[in-house]
Amino acid sequence: MDTQGKSRRSFLIDSVAGLGGVWVAANYPGILEAEDHVLRAAELGQADKFVFFTPEQALEVEEMAAQIIPTDQTPGAREAHVVAFIDRALVTFDSERQADYTQGLEDLAAQARQSFPSAGKFSDLTFDQQIQVLTEIERTPFFNLVRTHTITGFFASPVHGGNHDKIGWQLLGYDDSLNHEAPFGYYDALPQPRG
Amino acid sequence: MRQFRPQEEVDFVIIGSGAAGGIMAKQLSMAGFSVVVLEQGGWGKYGHEWDYNKDELLQRNISDEDRLMSNPARQRNTFRRTDREEARPGNHSYGSVVGGGTVTYGGSSWRHLPWEFNEASHVGTMAGTGLADWPISYEELEPYYTQAEWEMGISGQRVDSPFVAPMSKEYPVPPVPMKSSGALFYRAAAKLGLSVVPGPLAIITEGYMGRSGCVNCGMCSGYGCHVKARSSSAVTVIPLAIETGNCEVRVRSYVREILTDNNGRVTGVTYFNAEKQEVFQNAKSVVLSANAGESARLLLMSASNRFPDGLANSNGVVGRYLMLGGGAGASALFEHPLNDYKGVVSGTGIVDYVPSDPDRGFYGGGRMTSRGYATPISYGLGGLSPDAPRWGAGYKQALRDESRHRMAISCFTTQLPLETNRVDLDPTVKDEWGLPAMRITSTSHPDDIKNMEFFRQKSIEVLEAAGAKSVWAGPVRDSTGGAHNRGTCRLGDDPRTSVVDKYHRAHDVPNLFIVDGSNLVTGGRNHPTMTIQALAFRAAEHLVRSARAGEV
Repeated sequence: MDTQGKSRRSFLIDSVAGLGGVWVAANYPGILEAEDHVLRAAELGQADKFVFFTPEQALEVEEMAAQIIPTDQTPGAREAHVVAFIDRALVTFDSERQADYTQGLEDLAAQARQSFPSAGKFSDLTFDQQIQVLTEIERTPFFNLVRTHTITGFFASPVHGGNHDKIGWQLLGYDDSLNHEAPFGYYDALPQPRG
Repeated sequence: MRQFRPQEEVDFVIIGSGAAGGIMAKQLSMAGFSVVVLEQGGWGKYGHEWDYNKDELLQRNISDEDRLMSNPARQRNTFRRTDREEARPGNHSYGSVVGGGTVTYGGSSWRHLPWEFNEASHVGTMAGTGLADWPISYEELEPYYTQAEWEMGISGQRVDSPFVAPMSKEYPVPPVPMKSSGALFYRAAAKLGLSVVPGPLAIITEGYMGRSGCVNCGMCSGYGCHVKARSSSAVTVIPLAIETGNCEVRVRSYVREILTDNNGRVTGVTYFNAEKQEVFQNAKSVVLSANAGESARLLLMSASNRFPDGLANSNGVVGRYLMLGGGAGASALFEHPLNDYKGVVSGTGIVDYVPSDPDRGFYGGGRMTSRGYATPISYGLGGLSPDAPRWGAGYKQALRDESRHRMAISCFTTQLPLETNRVDLDPTVKDEWGLPAMRITSTSHPDDIKNMEFFRQKSIEVLEAAGAKSVWAGPVRDSTGGAHNRGTCRLGDDPRTSVVDKYHRAHDVPNLFIVDGSNLVTGGRNHPTMTIQALAFRAAEHLVRSARAGEV
C-alpha cells in the first residue's frame, strides 16, 4: 500500500508539474489539501480522511453513486472510488457546489424517511428500496448533480481520485494509450473497396 | 522575440493571431515590415505542448489563464432570434489563444468549389437574401489555396470529382488512416451510389516542416494537439514570423478601439493589457483578423465623430450577413466495435450533396462527415442512445454495449447570408472589460432549415445503408453562435454593399485591412478555414506590394 501510495503521489505531482501557473496557484492549495485524501481514499474504509464530507455524508453519497453505476459482474462507482473524486471536486474546482450537497443529502434522508418511515437515512434502505427513492427524485437538480459528478469521476483520469484502476475506462473498452495505430476497429480492419 | 515600444510606430498592428492573423503576421514580417500582433488570449502552452495525460477533466475545468477558447462569462455576448426580441445571455465562443481557433478545430480543410464564388449567378440572387457573387474567382484564389495547403501542412488526397474543388497540386502529406466510421461510409456509399472522399485535414500524418505526424491519440477537436501534428497557426506561421525578428506577438491584449486621425486614417489601436490597463500602440496600418464576430464588434466600438456609425461602416453593412453555421446529423450503433474514439475526429466525407439541387425544392447543400464518440466523460454524460436508461443497471449495461459500437454523422450545411442576421453592440450588457457585449441576432432562412432536415434524413439513410442496428437523430436546431461565424465584413467591388474591396482594404479607410472569416460573401458548406487561409495569403501578397509602393 505504501509503495502504491508513493507512485500515486508522484503521478499526481508529475501531472501537477505540467500545469500552467495560474491554475496551479488557484487550485494548488486544494490539490495539496486533497492529495493525502486522494491517496488514502484508495481504501474506502478510510472515510474519515475526506476533506469536505463527514464520514456519514460520504457513506450516503457513495450509496447514491453505487446506484447510478452499480456493481454487477464488473466493478462500479463504489470500486472506482467515485466518492473520493466528488469529495475532492467539492474542495477544488467545484467548491461552489458544497451547499448543494449539504442540503441535498438532508433532502435525500427526508425522502427516504417519507417513503420508508422505519429508515433513518438513505443508506439504511435495501438495494431495491434505494432504487425506488432515487426514482422518486431522479428529476431533481441534486440527483442530476450527483449523477454528473458520479459519471465524471468514473471516467476522469485516475489522478483526480476516481476511476480507480481505470475501472471506468475498462467498462467502455477505452484504451487510454497516448498513441494508437490503425486498424482501430472491426470495420476498418476488413479488406477495403476504397480506390 | 523582438519587442516594440507602444510609442514606436510599427508598420502593422495585426489584431488576432488565428487562421488569418497568423498568416498575415508571417507574410508581412518576412517581407521586412515591423509587426505587432495583439492576441487577447495567452500562449496556451498546455493547449498544445503540455505534459499530456489524456486529462479530459482538466480540459473541462481549465483556468481562464489557460483557456483555449473564449469564456462567454467574460467575453460576454447576447443572443436573440429577431429584432423584436430582447437579447439574452449567449453562449458564443471562439478561439482565444495564440493561434486562435486553429489550435482546437477539427482541422477540416475543404476548399470552396469554383461555383461557390458565384452562386448568385448560378441559382439566382434569391429575393430577401444577400446571396451575391464574390469579387474574386476560384481561379484567382487557387494558387493561394495551394500555397496555404503547403505552408500550413494539410493532409489529404487529391480526387477528381465534380463535388470537390480541382487542385493544381497534390496535398503535401497523405490522408489520415481510415477509421471504422470511414469504412462504413464506403460501405453505405457503395450501396447508395454516393462518393466518399478522405477528408482534407490540417493534421499532418507524417513528418513535415519540422513537425511530426499525428499519433491518433483521439483527444482531438476541442483540445490542443500535444505533438503539434495539428497545423495550427501557433505551430506553423507564427514561429516563422517571430523568427524574422520583425514580429512581436503580444498576448493578453484585448483591443478596445481602432483610432483614426482627422484625415480618416488609422493611427493605431488601444487595448487592455493583462492588468487591464489601457495601452495605445502606434501603427502605420492595421490588419483586423479577430474573426467575424469580434472584428465587426471592434469596428462598431471604434465609432468617432468622423465615423459615427462605426469604423468602415458608412454604408451600415458592418456586422450584417452574419452566418453562424448550419448542421445536422444522426447517430447509430453497429454490431462490431468501431473504436472510433481513436484517431482524428473525422476522416471522410460524403460529398454528393455539396451542390444545391433545384429538384429538392429549396436552396442548400452540405457535406456529410463520419465520426464516432469523443471522450469518456462526455460520452458517459450524454452519448448513449436515447432509449438507454440514465442511471442504474441498465445505464451501465448500455455503456458496455454501445460505447465502442457507436458512429455519428455530422453534416456541415449552407446558411444564406441575410441582412437581418448580424452582430452589433448590446445596449446594456458589458463584457468583463466594461465594453459593450457582442449582440447576435440570427434566424436562418427557411431554406436553410429545410436543408438541415434534408441532411438529417440523408444521415439516417446512410447509416441504415451501412448496416446499423439502430439509428437515432435529434431534431434540427438553428444555430445560436460558435466558431464558424462568417460574413460580417464582406468583400465586394461596390462600396455601397460591401465593407472591404477585393484586396481586403476597407472602402472607407485607406490603411485598414480586414482579413478573416468576416470577408466571406457566402459561407460555403460551413467549412471556412481553408478559404480564410487562402484569402490571407492572397491579401498579404497584395498588401506587401502596396506597402512597398507607398500606396498604404
